[in-house]
Parts: sequence; C-alpha cells; structure tokens
Amino acid sequence: MAIYEININSKSYKVDVEPSMPLLWVIRDFVGLTGTKFGCGIAQCGACTVHLDGTPIRSCSFPVSAVGAKQITTIEGVSANVDHAIQKAWIELQVPQCGYCQSGQIMSAVALLKAKPKPTDADIDIAMQGNLCRCGTYQRIRSAIHRAAELI
Amino acid sequence: MEKTASNINRRNFIKLSGITGAGLMIGLSLKGNNGVGQVANLSGELPAFNLTPFVIIEKSGTITIFNTSPEIGQGVFQSIPALIAEELEVSLDQVTIKQTGGEKQFGPMQFAGGSMSVRSNYTNLRKVGASAKEMLLTAASQQWNVPVTECRAEGGKILHSSGKSAGYGELVEAASKLEVPKSPKLKDPADFKLLGKNILRPDIPLKCSGKAIFGIDIAVPNMVYASVAHCPVFGSKLVSFDDAAAKKVKGVTRVETCERIIGKYKYPAVAVIADNYWAALQGRKALVIKWDHQGNETFNSKTYEQGLRNLSKKEGVVAHNQGDFDTTYKAAPLKLEAFYETPVVSHSPIEPMNCVASWMEGSKLEIWASTQVPGDIVDSFSKAYNVPDGNLKVNVLFNGGGFGRRLYNDYIHEAVQLTKKIGQPVKLIWTREDDTQNGPFRPMTFSAMKGALSADGKAIAFQHKVIAPSLDASEKENYDPNKPDGTMTEGISEQKYEIANMKNLYVYADSHIPYVAWRAVTSTTLAFAHECFIDEMAVKAKKDPMDFRLGMLTKESDTKNVLQKLKEVSNWDKPLPAGWGKGVAQYEFFAGLGGYVVMVSKKGTGVKIEKIYAVIDLGTVVNPDTVKAQVEGAAVMALTAAIKSGITFDKGQTVQTNYHNNQLVRFNEMPPVDVHILANGGSTIKGAGEPGLPPFAPALCNAIFAATGKRIRRLPFDINKV
Repeated sequence: MAIYEININSKSYKVDVEPSMPLLWVIRDFVGLTGTKFGCGIAQCGACTVHLDGTPIRSCSFPVSAVGAKQITTIEGVSANVDHAIQKAWIELQVPQCGYCQSGQIMSAVALLKAKPKPTDADIDIAMQGNLCRCGTYQRIRSAIHRAAELI
Repeated sequence: MEKTASNINRRNFIKLSGITGAGLMIGLSLKGNNGVGQVANLSGELPAFNLTPFVIIEKSGTITIFNTSPEIGQGVFQSIPALIAEELEVSLDQVTIKQTGGEKQFGPMQFAGGSMSVRSNYTNLRKVGASAKEMLLTAASQQWNVPVTECRAEGGKILHSSGKSAGYGELVEAASKLEVPKSPKLKDPADFKLLGKNILRPDIPLKCSGKAIFGIDIAVPNMVYASVAHCPVFGSKLVSFDDAAAKKVKGVTRVETCERIIGKYKYPAVAVIADNYWAALQGRKALVIKWDHQGNETFNSKTYEQGLRNLSKKEGVVAHNQGDFDTTYKAAPLKLEAFYETPVVSHSPIEPMNCVASWMEGSKLEIWASTQVPGDIVDSFSKAYNVPDGNLKVNVLFNGGGFGRRLYNDYIHEAVQLTKKIGQPVKLIWTREDDTQNGPFRPMTFSAMKGALSADGKAIAFQHKVIAPSLDASEKENYDPNKPDGTMTEGISEQKYEIANMKNLYVYADSHIPYVAWRAVTSTTLAFAHECFIDEMAVKAKKDPMDFRLGMLTKESDTKNVLQKLKEVSNWDKPLPAGWGKGVAQYEFFAGLGGYVVMVSKKGTGVKIEKIYAVIDLGTVVNPDTVKAQVEGAAVMALTAAIKSGITFDKGQTVQTNYHNNQLVRFNEMPPVDVHILANGGSTIKGAGEPGLPPFAPALCNAIFAATGKRIRRLPFDINKV
C-alpha cells in the first residue's frame, strides 16, 4: 500500500491503495465518483475513459501509481451544469439508451472536439472506435458530435 | 403485527413510499378483467391493499408517478409516466417518477421484457390519469360553484373561464372524497401533448453527466466486495479449494462458497470477499480450486453442431400443420431444400452483472440491482430464502443494458447467499470474463427448409424444421421433448404469407449449456432461415423478391403494409449502381412486426453495407424518437450477431473471454439506419424493443446474394470475405 495524492476534477484526494490498483477502482471505490464505469477491465470497451491532462485514457488499465501530478478529469468534471457543447448535443439528439457507456463516449468526444473543433466523419471514426455501445447509439453519437461542433 | 403485502394499509404504504401528506391516490384493480384495470380511489383508509397505486398527488402539489417497468435503455422512464401525465395534464418535469421494486401492491407487470411495457399499460394508465383529472375538475367546480364544463385542466392546475385557478395540490383533499368516475373520458389523440410526440427523456441528462445511478454504483454502509470464481467447464463439481494464498492478499477478509442458480442449473462457485473490489479480484486469482468436470471437458461446438446436422434427419414434433404438405411437396413441379445455421451469442451488456445484497436480523433482505424482473425476484427469493412477505425490498436501478440477460437472477442468488453467510452487505461484481464465459447464452438454431412452387412460380408448400436445444428445457427439469415447444418454433407458423400447405417441425437437441432468452428471443435466428429461404424460393420462381412476397399477401395485413412501406421508402424499383444488391425481409412474432431493406455493394473480397431502411409497425406510438432509437440499436445488435464471432465451445468451456475475442460491431463499422414507423391506429399495439432484430440478418444476406450471387446460409460470416 502507498499513499497517493491525486487531482481529480481540480480537487485533490489522498488515497492509500496498492500501486497496481487501476485508476478506475480508485475513482469509483475510494474517491466515490461513480460516473466512470467498469465494462471489461482490459481497455477494450472504453466505458472507463477519463482524461489525463486532457488526453483520453482507459482508467481500467492505468495503474494509480502512474498518475503522478497529472490532472484527471472524469465525466463529473466535464461541466457543472451539463452544458458542455457535447452534453447539450447529446441531450438534443437523445443519444443515450441505457446510458452505461455514455460517460466514456462523452469523454472521448470531448477530447476529439478539443483537438479538432470541426471533425470529419473519418476523424470521428478514429476517435470513437475504442468506445463500445451495446445499445447501438453510434449513429446518434456521430450526429451529436457534428451538432456539438456547430454549438461551440 | 407483522407487515404483509395484504395488510399494508394506506398510511403504511405512504410511509414506505417516502411520501408525505398524500391527498389523492389513484390506482388500479388489476384482478380479473383480462388485465383491463378498474380505476380505484386509494385515498381513504383501506383495510386491505389489493390495488395498484399509480399516481399520488400530495397537498404540496408534488405529483408522484410509479413506474413498474425497469429502464433498460428502452425509454420507459419517459413513455410509461407519460401515459398518466398526458391525461392528467401535467408535463413530465412536474412529476417525480418512482421505480417500483416488485412490491405486491404494484401488481404482476413489474418487469421489462417481451416488448410489453407500453402496450400493456397504454389504456390502463391513461384511465388512471383521466380519472384523477376528472376528480380534480369536479372538486374545483364544486368549490367555485360553477359548471364543470367551464373548467379545464392545464399544467397541474384547474382553470375556470372567469380566470380563477387552483393548483392540483389545493384541490386534492376535496377530490379524494369523490367517487371515481366509472368510465373516465380519454383525450382525443388529436389533443395529445406528450403521446405520439418526441418528448425528451428525463433520464438522459443524468446519463450525460455521470449522475444516473446504475446497480453497480450502489454503496451501502459496512459493505464488502465479492468476486466469484465459477468453473469454466460447464457442469463441473467443486472438489476442494485452497484459499491460503488468496487470504494473504491485503484486503481479503473471507473466502466462501455459493451456488449460481439459473433455470434448472446449479453451479458451485467460490467467492473471495475483500474490503475493496480490486483486492477481491487479486484474491480470486490466487485461489487454487479443484473441479471434477464430470466428463464435460470434451464438449465442443464442432461435434455438437455435427450432431444437430445428424438430428435433422429425424422427423421431429409437429409445430404446425395446414393443408397437405407431404403430398403437395412430392408432386410439385419446382422444389428446393436448404439448410441454415446460426450461432450461440452472448448478451454482453456493458454493465457487468452485479448486485448489492444485505441480509439483516429477523430475516430481512434488501437487494439493489440492475434487473429486468423485480416482481420475479420478490416472488422467487422470498420462497428460496424464507423471507416473510414484506421483508424483502428490491431497489431497481437504471440497467446498463438488458437484452434479456437481466431477466435471470443467477448473480443475485450469489450475492444473497453471500450476505446471508457473512451477515454483512455484499457487493458482487462479475468480471467481463465471468459474463462472457458463463453465459447464459442465446442458443443456436439450425433450420432444414423445404419449399415447393407451382409451374407458374407460386409458393404452394413450405416447411421449416428447427433443430436446436430448447429454452424451455434449460428452464425446466421435467421437459418433455415429445411435446411441441413454442419457445423454439417462435413465429415460424405466424407469417402472413398465404401458402396453402405448410408443416413446421421441431427436433429437440439435448444440451447442458444454460440457454435463455436474448432480445427478440428465437425469432432472431429463425427469421434468418425463414426469410432467406423465402428469397431462395423467389429466385427459383424467377421473381423479384419484393413482388414474390407481396404476391403471397393478397389479403390486407400489417405485414403487407410494412412491405409496401419498405418498397416506397427504399425506392425498391429504382435500378441500383453496378455492383450493388438489395435485399428485403420481414418477421412477425410475439413482440411485434418489423422489416428491412438493406443495400450492399461489392468491396474487394467482401461487401460494404450502403443503405439500411427499416420499417416498424406499432399501430400506436408513444414516443417516435425512442422507437427509432430502439430500431437503430436493434440493427447494430443484429449486425453483431451476423458478422462477429459469436460464442463457441471447446474443451467443455467457452472459447471467448472478453470483448477482444467476443467482438461487438464498433463505431466505424455501422452505417446509419433510416427508420420509418407505421402507426395507423387499430385495436392492437405492437412492441418496439425487439422487432428490429429478426429481419435484419436475412435482409442483409438477401442483399449479398443479389450483389454477389453468394447465398449465405450460416451465421456468422465474414463481411470482408463473402
């Protein structure tokens, strides 16, 4: 066990955990932010996507010991009032069905728009293919990313 | 006195529901009457509580609507409360929606399955809302001493033509003393503000901000975490285990056995309990378990499938017989046969199976879960664990996907057994590997098809023989393989094609794998054989596949309407670019009716899906956008089942382990789906959640035949190598 001071959504948390513990379980079970989801544990589904200094990572396969002083952003830190352009577009186009994968989808989409404010379909394909959705919301996600690009 | 469902009086109910100072409580008596509810006023003190409360309007003006259908992504968190809200003249942001948890007073319909939610509630819940509204109107007119015809309800208020108004909360006390209208007047659909409209779902902002609480997000005080090891070889017995190393993992507190119960199967399991989930996982890896495989370690898909092919020579049990198939077929001038095969597939909702359970002193049990069947949990767990009536509370959270998987309570059994053993709340989470390897699964079906045509190319005889393991046999110990089994011949005798001579059969195949319902159940595999073979008959008849189908539909039917709509929206008669092909399929079954036209083009060694047109027939639609979402999603799920690996077995166990080798269609692989809804009224309402699945694979494969001349008779296939 070791004590880590990690910064999540601009707030500092002290946790005493195994160095090998994936960041996902630290966020969910120790910090208590449950918006980030467990889906596969092997970086295949993207439900656990968070940002590390703005870059999307799969927190299920990222040990807490590797975080260091980098800033983590989770779905709870995207906006205070569910009003990021991506979230607005997601609501406007009623993207989620069960909603379980959507935190991860939104984290990937937010990072995409930051890097490419006017993404093409090909850009979206590349950015979003790491996030699985069993309900099949892919076509709405594509439309919502284009819509969010207009809203920004 | 002990609280039981039958003697929970109104006051207790209000307390249990967390509602204060209720004024008007309207419910239904669902007993008898073929499910047509009798609206009842539950506001007074009642000696017994045999009625189902659906809406409570408090003096404060707070309106609570109880939703008995778990939200699994299908949108019932909006569509069910909207049925009451529409007639009550309130918007959904004026109401609090409470999910029921299998409590007996909420009646038998507390589940999400069979595409049943909207259609089973449509009239009853509107009557509830309309009754409450009429009582409020009467109360206001009496209070103001004006004719009720001069009053109207709007936005949670009663308004009088003079400009006077009163909020519902101010009127509930008087309203609660009135008789319930015998036949409340329902609104003219032309005046609907919510029903039939694309109303935003109230759960969606929660699902865009991480605030939606799923089963896996629950934490209760003093809770421990569990990870459970099952034997990967189905049907093994537990011999012994060594937990010394597991117990050395920091955080691990106990190792206990439990039993996974699903259908008729009972599987031994060893659970590692720890003060955090990661520690439980590490402890589980350190377990050394000895299993006795009971001879099941040689089981494999290849041999089993060959067995199914051999079984196809058996006559089987007659599922349906009309005209004289045998004689007609023998004498027919044109005939054909084909054999179709489909795979076993997994549900794989992204939220893994999980449950929090807490066993408390005095045989009290509380469960928090993502589940499709709270009513069934209350019924079956009370019996299985001797929990007195009223002592079992189930909290239904948002489901991170259902697809049929959460109709089954195996993981809930495990959590309950563990909390009972250790006397502490337990949070059990299956890993993705647990989910992929243990199933339960959708069974494969193999189909032996026979068809005959007259000399002028008209279908005169048809046979669909299903060879498969049985869903029913997976459920029941005393399954009789000599009796017809509707679970395995679903829909094959209900298509509207006018073919005079038809004999459909089922050959039972024994199995020890837990097979269960998957979204759209057996229709998802049978439709593939059925509608591809209809296409083969069209080819043999040298007819256009759309015209061939319509030619067998001379009588008016919803199926005919669906095909005509597909023909129109897809511009069926318009020639396609070179290298393209189009295919059509429809399927009607218990859940409803849908159809597709799919267009593909040749691309390298495979094909590319160019266009997908879907038509779903509902009769009446509550939220068109939600229905479209259901069909868009069904197409994605059906494509996965058609072109991805599916589940196979070798050495007694599931070959696939996680999403890397049990792949789902990804973002870049899915073309858009153009969904059209038929809602032309009529007496029946059809389901929305499932009918988008069965006709997809046959429409795709019929398109591939049209483009390439290659007839696909086995799923899955590689779309890049046709």
